[in-house]
Amino acid sequence: MIGLDLWMRENPLTYVWLGSYAVALLIFVIEIAMVIHKRKITLQQVRMMREVQDEAGDDN
Amino acid sequence: MAINWFKYSAPTNFYGLAGKMIPWFAFSAAVLFAIGLYIGFVVAPVDAQQGEFYRIIFIHVPSSILSMFLYLVMAGYAALGLIFNTRLSAMMATAIAPTGALFAFISLWTGALWGKPMWGAWWVWDARLTSELILLFLYLGYIALHASIDDPRRADRAAALLSIVGSVNVPIIYFSVKWWNTLHQGSSIKFTGTSMHIAMQQAMFTVLVACWLYAIAVVLARVRSIILERERNTTWIGELPEVRS
Repeated sequence: MIGLDLWMRENPLTYVWLGSYAVALLIFVIEIAMVIHKRKITLQQVRMMREVQDEAGDDN
Repeated sequence: MAINWFKYSAPTNFYGLAGKMIPWFAFSAAVLFAIGLYIGFVVAPVDAQQGEFYRIIFIHVPSSILSMFLYLVMAGYAALGLIFNTRLSAMMATAIAPTGALFAFISLWTGALWGKPMWGAWWVWDARLTSELILLFLYLGYIALHASIDDPRRADRAAALLSIVGSVNVPIIYFSVKWWNTLHQGSSIKFTGTSMHIAMQQAMFTVLVACWLYAIAVVLARVRSIILERERNTTWIGELPEVRS
């Protein structure tokens, strides 16, 4: 802990950048990736469901 | 030319509109983030008391404001859904919750990083910090409650009640630094003015607007998936080009 205290006082800008901005940007990137993934999965599910319904309709 | 805004309260019309708006909000957010960070790290001077550490303010304050404001917007949509039984309102509330939770987390995380060099502690059970932590738990509670009920309409109603009751926490967070003696400083910007350097203000407001635009873009993208999921049995979803392809 004392090592971290000393390091942060010697490198304040690196501490600020890595600790807060890099973490915040990483969180944003993860959120964007999750939203894109969710969209892909949902679209796949809807397409599959539609195909099953269409096939069932053709059989009838 | 009069625009019928109520037209866009139907998922059928809102789905397409949201899709068109997302790239504009996302692009503007990226540009403003870059400008805000440039002003914050290159143009804004070093603080006389806090040195370089104060630069955490440019992400800490916008994320704190967003976490509170998004909660009120979420509770507002949830209340609309509860009162008028409008489908899109409940979907919007559900889409806002994860983004709000992430902003509350960033606010707490960056606050801890700022607290360590300034106060000598990552965390103190101060009124402002504790009420913000409760906000994060409220978001997580909303998400968990909604996910735990299978019927989406019942889930909407239960989660709406939680969000409306929880909204009492937002004024508590805002006024906590006035009502109690807190280690957390009071508001830097008041209606009566501010002592902040102009470049610091510009950086903070630019990142705040960038965060807003980012939140809108992500929420719109998420709500499109929710609309797809919930309206999957309708004819209009079947006619969408992305579903047909």
